[in-house]
Amino acid sequence: MSGAREDILALLESNSRLLPEDLAERLGLSAEFVSGELGRMCDEQVICGYNTLINWEKTNKELVTALIEVRVTPQRGLGFDKIAERIYLFDEVKAVYLMSGGFDLTVIIEGGNIKDVAYFISDKLAPMESVQSTATHFVLKKYKDHGIVLEKQRKDDERMIVSP
Amino acid sequence: MADAIKNMPFSGIRKFFDVAKQIEDVVSLGIGEPDFDTPWNIREEAIYQLERGNTIYTSNAGLMELREAISVYMRNNFSLYYRPADQILVTAGASEDIDISLRAIVNPGDEVLLPEPCFVAYKPCILMAGGVPVVIETKAENDFRLTPGDILPRVTNKTKAILLSYPTNPTGAVMEKTDYERIANIFLERDILVISDEIYAELTYGSKHISIAALPGMAEQTIVIGGFSKAFSMTGWRLGYSCGPAEIINAMLKIHQYILMCAPTVSQYAGVEALAGGMAGVRRMREEYNARRRVMVNGFRAMGMDCFEPRGAFYVFPSIKKTGLSSEEFCTRLLFEEKVAVVPGNAFGASGEGFVRCSYAASMENLREALRRIKSFLRKLANEHGQ
Repeated sequence: MSGAREDILALLESNSRLLPEDLAERLGLSAEFVSGELGRMCDEQVICGYNTLINWEKTNKELVTALIEVRVTPQRGLGFDKIAERIYLFDEVKAVYLMSGGFDLTVIIEGGNIKDVAYFISDKLAPMESVQSTATHFVLKKYKDHGIVLEKQRKDDERMIVSP
Repeated sequence: MADAIKNMPFSGIRKFFDVAKQIEDVVSLGIGEPDFDTPWNIREEAIYQLERGNTIYTSNAGLMELREAISVYMRNNFSLYYRPADQILVTAGASEDIDISLRAIVNPGDEVLLPEPCFVAYKPCILMAGGVPVVIETKAENDFRLTPGDILPRVTNKTKAILLSYPTNPTGAVMEKTDYERIANIFLERDILVISDEIYAELTYGSKHISIAALPGMAEQTIVIGGFSKAFSMTGWRLGYSCGPAEIINAMLKIHQYILMCAPTVSQYAGVEALAGGMAGVRRMREEYNARRRVMVNGFRAMGMDCFEPRGAFYVFPSIKKTGLSSEEFCTRLLFEEKVAVVPGNAFGASGEGFVRCSYAASMENLREALRRIKSFLRKLANEHGQ
């Protein structure tokens, strides 16, 4: 069952710039209630941050993204969490997921060029004691990210201006 | 040319469209169709069917697979039970259903009750079927619901049917179960058939849509019309359906097979996918419409306009009586002076006079811009009166 919280989150996930009063009006709630819920959800880390989705390809900034499949040896008593933490604390690391299947961790990293990424893998990631192997895949083009198509074809509203 | 058609006017909407299309940069709240693309899973299925070359006629009544899916959908969502074999007919859009359902049941001179304000095609379709439209004016003070007191004075021994449509275009009104319970007996006792156009069923806010056919005894004398245009944003696909007693559906099938053969085949396959995998898309669109509905109602009320809360479709129907202008004057001036298109309420019947229909099948950005312009227009009117 989705409640007011889930409704607020669903709207915010699609547009984090909506103000509490916008959210309240759209959902038929009071602005005070929405503000309160937002504060509580930040405290509870339900809301973990507000990002902007940027297509860096359209800027002058050089950026290389790589997805690395990592196989690790879990540690007794700590499972995968400790090794995951050692990896995700690096600034270059943008995402870390524990996976089912043929490998254990998906690590997504960003660097200014291939050399940066290669250095991180060969000098930081691969030598870690628990890391058994890595397989690196470079991202060539991002089509869709966080549910948003990056180069959406704009379409004019071709509906009749007045219709039954 | 046939006299009957010569004397039939174009709809008031069409007249207004001809004016509006000449003006540039209009923000339109005049559009009676969804602004979303058809969900991709539905479009993708249609492409696949085209690639496979599935482009021949289907059976007259429509693909059995689709009729079965409609049967399940009606059962699960509205507790209505129809046999795919002889109680469901797939058509080229709900507009066709309105036409052929009337032609299937109306004899020359039969009276058809027509609650107004209502969709512009009903009255001409009754006339073209040889029937006599008998208008029932629904009222803002009843939230445009139909009451026994509205209906009874209009019933005669020639009354053959009533054409209902809830949620309603243009008012956004809905009927609750208790509302139907108050009027169902009138139809049951007098064998009055009900044509219930439920094209906006999925766009009901805050409660679940209920069909009059779900009331005891009503399924035997009700034709339920549904379609894919509004719920799945599939207007251009032309796909609708009728469900009802086998005898009536069979009569409609007879007309349908002579005038159309079958509904567009690719659209029918798309319809199967819509019902199988499209409900998440319907929910998503409904939530967005609901958010816009609140913004519109709040916006109009904040300007001091009387605006009853619509609980269905994608229209708000505020009263403009306070301005002292007629619906047409209001709409024409708003169009020329502020470049906002809304539709005069009287285009949907005389009882729509004093109201305007505002569609919120438009982006939130456009809705807010339109509200800003309407506010400035009202301020201007107030100043004129002050002078």
